[in-house]
Order: sequence, then structure tokens, then C-alpha cells
Amino acid sequence: MADWGKIARRSFLIGSAAMAGGVAFGVWQYRRELPNPLRPGEGEVTLNPWIIIDQQGVTLVAARAEMGQGVYTTLPALVAEELDVAWDQIRVIHGPAAQAYYNAGLMSHALPSTDYDRTAWQEMMVEAMSVIPKMIGLQVTGGSTSTLDAYDRLRMAGATARETLKQAASVRLGLTTSSLLTRDGRVIAPDGIELSYQDLAEEAAAIDPPRRVDLRPASQWKYLGRSMPRLDMVAKATGTASFATDIRLPGMRFATVRMTPRLGGAMLSYDAGAAEAMPGVDRVIDLGTGIAVVANTTWAAMQAAEAVEISWGPAPYPETSDTMLDIIRAALDGPADSSLRDDGDVDNAADPTDRVIEAEYTVPWLAHATMEPMSAAAHHMGDRLEVWAGSQAPGFAERAAAEAVGLDPAQVTCHVTFMGGGFGRRGETDFVVLAARIAQAMQGTPVQVTWSREEDMRHDFYRPAAVARMRGVLRAGFAQSLDGRVAAPSVTRQSMLRMTGTAPPGPDKGHVEGMFNQPYAIPNYRVTGHLADLDVPIGFWRSVGNSFNGFFMESFMDEMAHAAGRDPLAFRLDLAEREHAPSAGVLRAVAEMSAWAAPRPEGTGKGVAMTHSFHTPVAVVVEVADRGGAIALTRAWIACDVGTALDPAIIEAQMVGGLVYGLSAAMMEEISFAGGEVQQGNYTDYDALRISQMPQVEVRLLETSGHIGGVGEPSTPPAAPALGNAIYDLRGERIRDLPFNRRMRFVV
Amino acid sequence: MPTPLTVNGTVHSVDLPDDVPLLWVLRDALNLTGTKYGCGVAACGACTVHIDGEAVRSCQVALADVWGPVTTIEGLGQPETLHAVQMAWVAHQVAQCGYCQSGQIMQAADLLNRTPAPTDADIDDAMAGNLCRCGTYPRIRSAIHTAAATLRGA
Repeated sequence: MADWGKIARRSFLIGSAAMAGGVAFGVWQYRRELPNPLRPGEGEVTLNPWIIIDQQGVTLVAARAEMGQGVYTTLPALVAEELDVAWDQIRVIHGPAAQAYYNAGLMSHALPSTDYDRTAWQEMMVEAMSVIPKMIGLQVTGGSTSTLDAYDRLRMAGATARETLKQAASVRLGLTTSSLLTRDGRVIAPDGIELSYQDLAEEAAAIDPPRRVDLRPASQWKYLGRSMPRLDMVAKATGTASFATDIRLPGMRFATVRMTPRLGGAMLSYDAGAAEAMPGVDRVIDLGTGIAVVANTTWAAMQAAEAVEISWGPAPYPETSDTMLDIIRAALDGPADSSLRDDGDVDNAADPTDRVIEAEYTVPWLAHATMEPMSAAAHHMGDRLEVWAGSQAPGFAERAAAEAVGLDPAQVTCHVTFMGGGFGRRGETDFVVLAARIAQAMQGTPVQVTWSREEDMRHDFYRPAAVARMRGVLRAGFAQSLDGRVAAPSVTRQSMLRMTGTAPPGPDKGHVEGMFNQPYAIPNYRVTGHLADLDVPIGFWRSVGNSFNGFFMESFMDEMAHAAGRDPLAFRLDLAEREHAPSAGVLRAVAEMSAWAAPRPEGTGKGVAMTHSFHTPVAVVVEVADRGGAIALTRAWIACDVGTALDPAIIEAQMVGGLVYGLSAAMMEEISFAGGEVQQGNYTDYDALRISQMPQVEVRLLETSGHIGGVGEPSTPPAAPALGNAIYDLRGERIRDLPFNRRMRFVV
Repeated sequence: MPTPLTVNGTVHSVDLPDDVPLLWVLRDALNLTGTKYGCGVAACGACTVHIDGEAVRSCQVALADVWGPVTTIEGLGQPETLHAVQMAWVAHQVAQCGYCQSGQIMQAADLLNRTPAPTDADIDDAMAGNLCRCGTYPRIRSAIHTAAATLRGA
């Protein structure tokens, strides 16, 4: 029996509210009701913000951005499990941007503590902090939080709606609700009479929902815990899934942008004469720090944008990435901004007989390089603006677009489309704002704005470069002390400032995540963060700080193991067993899966890494082989503990995908700057892993951690160190700077 | 002077300059948006279509140079009438974000036309030009083997 008192403390409540054109159920409440964002049309009744029942059937609102991670399937499954609708009856929509769809889970990462070691007090703080995103309407898809956030809420929404429909049927039939069953979208009476949910919806909307409701135990689940056919799969196999760049409206024109390549710099002057004379070109629009071209095709717009002669001002940051890296490295010698872990006494941990090792690591700037370049459609109609965008944060996008064109946010509607990859890039609002401004200049005419690949790669919010200095003390085969210092620009500070107008106070947890909060029982364990802010745009990149700290930490753990004369996996397992059983469990699992202890054939090597991030410990073993001097990735094994595996096939896909994303970056990706401009522009110089380079991967899902863990990001951090450690195993060469292909060749 | 262009069995008359790449003719003039723009330089394969039954990067073929009838993902099979390759994609739940998958499927269909029983090495050779940032490669391999068996009548 779900405890309503607890539910209320968790700041959500399923109630009912009258609304224009009908009645809504299950409005999330915190002190006052949030307005129901779904305005039902004729003949529809909105039961709550997550469920619509109309003549066509049941429509569920996913309200999280589908960028490949399967939320269009897993979130509806949570509702459907309790609502009792047949899988093939379900339709899914994203739903409008609205405060009611806030993501409470996002704040679960905000506490400056280790995620694996939560006390009751910390749980309370998480609950309290979950109010914050509600208040600022943080409808954000990110932080691998979608299912974490939705797990209770959506099942409760489904159960409440089901019970309300049963009550409506009981009134109509004069039977007790306890005598009624529900199945496949129908209420079924003992005499065999069946009433469809559609038939009951209007009556149900007039009934107060039950105050107590049973959530089904996992043993009764029909959809959850199973691999369900993804609801977006047929559309994606037939080219009928609509991404933002695919929006077509009557009278639509096609546009592209060319913004200053010196990010944040000025546009001094431009001459559009030649461009405007090109066939198909409607006009060139001055956007202040760049231009847009509107034409009859995207091609014509892109050709003309290149033909505009532009004089750019300087960038507000150093001209080269080498200089930037020097500045970041220098921050390590300055005072620390954070010291989120300081166990024992690191400064006095070493005895004269101990083995002490030190190493410095660096990682480069990275682009997201989503398959679909930034794109958005927009239609400005004077007193209102509609935009179509693959946005991970549509509420922010609406507000930013409104401000950019001088409208009230209430006059702006953001339709969220499928997105061709997100990885954090589409949480930004820049591409929506530019489309809104172009639409304003073209008032009355809908515009489709698609960036060129080059524009996308050169105008990203990059994963920052970072430097770490690590010092380890080994005694009798164990890690006696670990001292990690990390320097990088602050993603948290810059992105929160950009999104909310204020940088959060206190230590920057995101900057050191993946290093300070790892489940290793090292008696002297200190991690300090050194922020080195530059004016280069930076943002959330799949797994954020874990993406570099995972590499620093787990490469150095390997170095410590070898310095201690230990097997790298056993060395980790010793430390994890004393700290966090699920983390030890994933290490044991990959050891077994990969036959870690078996002799390795000549010319092959294996490396292991384990990172605890997004509430999920993930261990990875990568196997490499020498192919005539080039390295091939032959096999990989992943074990993760997700607590409860809601959809195993989707989780497996996310684990493999996160690994590939991390391996791609580790092997070959680097954004560099020269003259203040990003040098890379396309997949020709910023490539990613190809199918011919893809190892065979085996994934094992463990369910012991006791809570739902994120799945979209946590396999990315261990990818790079597992590969680096495998290369060391093969060649005895420790590579401490990414990407690896600066120093070696991979099989293509 | 409009250019005649046959796409998915329908003859269109396209009033665009000769040098406009087929990709943009399909997407912006004919509203066939299943074919995707990813790079514009034949480095990602998202724009793959068939011309005269052969897989080509539509971003690299000018309108005036299209040498035969064009088949796009929409012409390969619709949701109610899936091609064997599309069926295999659904059966193996290949897609994640889905953006590259039209190109992957068109490339895979071309591979199976030429090589009815491909090995993993054949698949890697044929598909290495098609990038997937989501990392769906293992399921692509499996789906191609399944589609091959279906098409052979196995």
C-alpha cells in the first residue's frame, strides 16, 4: 500500500481540477495546484497530465525528450502497468512544455555527498531539494534521471486513473468497485459486461480520485521488467519519425545561420551583396553576431551563407587550445575551490617504506556531434510564436525564445520533436532562440532552420578540457592514500548561469564527480577541485564531469594496482568490497564474463574500469588485439547494477551506446582552437567509432542496489580508462593524454 | 527548365537549379524527409538512397546527374508494408535516436541485393561509411543477418 503521507512529502499529489473544456485529474500539487497544461479538445477528457483518453484510445504523455534512450517506451510502460491498457493501444505524445512535468530526479545529484552512501538525512535533503526544480519549471531531460524521477509518480498516475475509472463504472452499473476488474483498456463486471475507458472517461473526470491506491508488486508486472517493443521503432525504421529538421509547414522557407566562429566575439561588418543575388535566396538577416540566410532550399541557404563576406572581431578567450590547457593546468597550483572528500590524512599518509606514484593526465575539449545538426522550425505570427525543436529543456527554450523576440512566455509554444541525438547538447536554448529571431524577421512565414555540420561542430557548448594530478601511496598491495586534484572550467557554473541567471553557491560537485565519490575504501582519500574558467562555451556532455574524472581516476587506479604488484581487478575489488557491495558486484560480474583470470593469448590485452555515477555502478572490461601494429577492439563486457531493470533491452542498448560514445571520444575525438576558432568541422576530422571498429559486447544487468539507477550515461565514464588499461596490458605503454590516436593507430 | 525526377515510382518535375544535391531536392522540394542530412560531405551515410537500385550518398549527387529512378526509405516500405530489412530492424529493436537509421537501412538493403548471405566482415565493409553516434552497431549486424535469411527464404 502506497503511503500517501510519504507521497505528499515527496511533493506530488494526484488530485482533480476543473479546467476549461473538461476536467483534469492527477494535477501535481505543491502548496498550490499547477495549471494543467493539456487543454483537451472537443470530445476529449484529460484525466491528468500524464493520461488522455479520447475516442481514439489512450494517449500517454511522456514529457521527457526522446533522444534514443527509450523514454517514449519506458515512461508509458510505467503508466500502462497500473492503468491496464494493451501495449498496441498506447499512443505517446511528448506533451507541451509545462511546469507540471518538472524533473525532481535532477536535483538528486545536487547533494555534495557520495550517491552510494545515502543517510536518512541525505534522503530528506534530496526530497527537500526536489522542490526546487518544480519552482523553476525544470522540465529537463538529463542527468540520467528520467526513470528515477518517474518510477513512483507515473505508476501512481496509472493506478489512480484506473481506480477512478472503476469508480465511474461502479456508479453506472450499481456494483462495488471491488467486484470490477480492468484489462486492455476496459472495466469488466462479474457478469461479463465490459465498459471501455473511452466510454467512462467523462464520468471518471467528475469523480474525486481515491486517496489510497495499491501499487502492484514487481511479481505481478506485465510490462515492467520486460523488454517491450519500443513505441518509436516502426517510425524510425520507415523514415516517418519526425525530427525538428523534418518539420514542414505550408509556405515554409528554409534557413541556415553563420555565427561568429570566435565564440562570443563580435561581427564587425558584412557584405551580403553576392549572397543575395544567388538563385533561391530570399534575404540575409543580420543577427548581430552573425547572419542568417533564408532561401527556397536549405542548400541554397547554406551556399549563400558561405558567400556572405564577414569580418569577425576577436574571441574573448585565448587563441589556442594549448594556451587554454596551460591556464587550466596552472589552476592546479592555485587554491582549491572544493574539497568534497578528505578522508584520513593524505598529507601524512606515506611511510618511508611505502611506494609513492604520481601522474598527470589531460583530456581535450569535445563536441557533442549529434547525428542531427542543431535545427528548429519556427513560425512568428505577430502576437504568438510557435517553435518545433528537439529540446531537452522546452520550458527554458520557451522563455529564452520569448525574451529574444519580445513576447511573453505564455505567447510561445514549443513543440518537442524526436531528437537526432542529444547527449546534453539539446538542453541548450541557442538553436531555438536563433530560429525564433529568424521567424520574427520573417513574420508570418514559417521557417525551418538547419545548421550545417560545420556550424554545429564549431558552435557547441563543449565538454571542457581538463587536467588532473594524481598521487597514490601503496602499502602491502593496498592503496593507502589517494590524492586527486582536478582542474577544468566549471560546467555547472557556466551552464546554470546561462539557464537560470545565477550560478549555484557552494562547491562544484559536477567538477569532481567520478573522482571524489567513488566506492573505494581508501583510508586516506582526498579530492580537490580547481576551477579554471575561460569564456569558451561549455555544457553538459554525456556523463559531464564523470567523463573526464572517470578516465583520471580509473587510469590511476590501474597505475596504483601495477605499482602495488597486484592484479588490477582484484586490487579494485578489495577496495570496493569494503565500501559498497553493488560496486563490488559489478566488478565480480565482469571478471566472470570476460574470463579475466584466464591466460591471455599473445598479442591481446584486457583492461578493466569501474565508475559509480548516476546512481549506477558500471564495470567494463575491454579486450584489444594487435593487428600489424594497429590496435583492434575485439570484445567488451559491461556489468551494471540498475537496482530494478525496467526494460532490459533498452538498458542494454543504453549501456552499449554509452560505451561507444566514450570509446569514440577516447580513441579519436578532440576539439582544438587556433586563432580563437574551432579547427574541426565535420566527421572527416572529428570522427566516431564505425561498425568495422565495433567490438563484440556482452552486457549483464544486476538488480541488487535497492534503487532505480540511471542508464543513459553511466557506461560512458569507464569506457576510456578500460581501453587505456587494455592498451597498457597489451603494450606496457601508459597513455595519459586523450585522444589515444595521437600516440597510436587503431584498425579502421 | 524543370527537371524530371522519378522517386519511389512517381515522376516529379523539379524546378530547382541543376546543381542542387538530390538530398535537398528530396527533403525541401518533395517533402520526403525520411532521408537525412548529417554531414554534406559523404562522411556519415545518413542521406543514403538508391539510384537505379544502387546505394548512393544523395548529398553528393546533383539533380542534373541523377541517372535513374530514385528509391528512398519511404519507397522501401511503409509502416504497414515493411521491407524485410525494416522488419528485421523492428525485430531487433535497432534504433535509438533513429536519425541515421534510414541511411543504415538503405545501405543494408543494397548490401543484401549484392551479397545475399553476408559475413560479419562483409557487413563491416559495406556499413563502415554509415555512422551511428548512438552505437547501435551490434543490433545492425544482427538485423542484417536476419533480413538476409528472410530474403533468401530461409
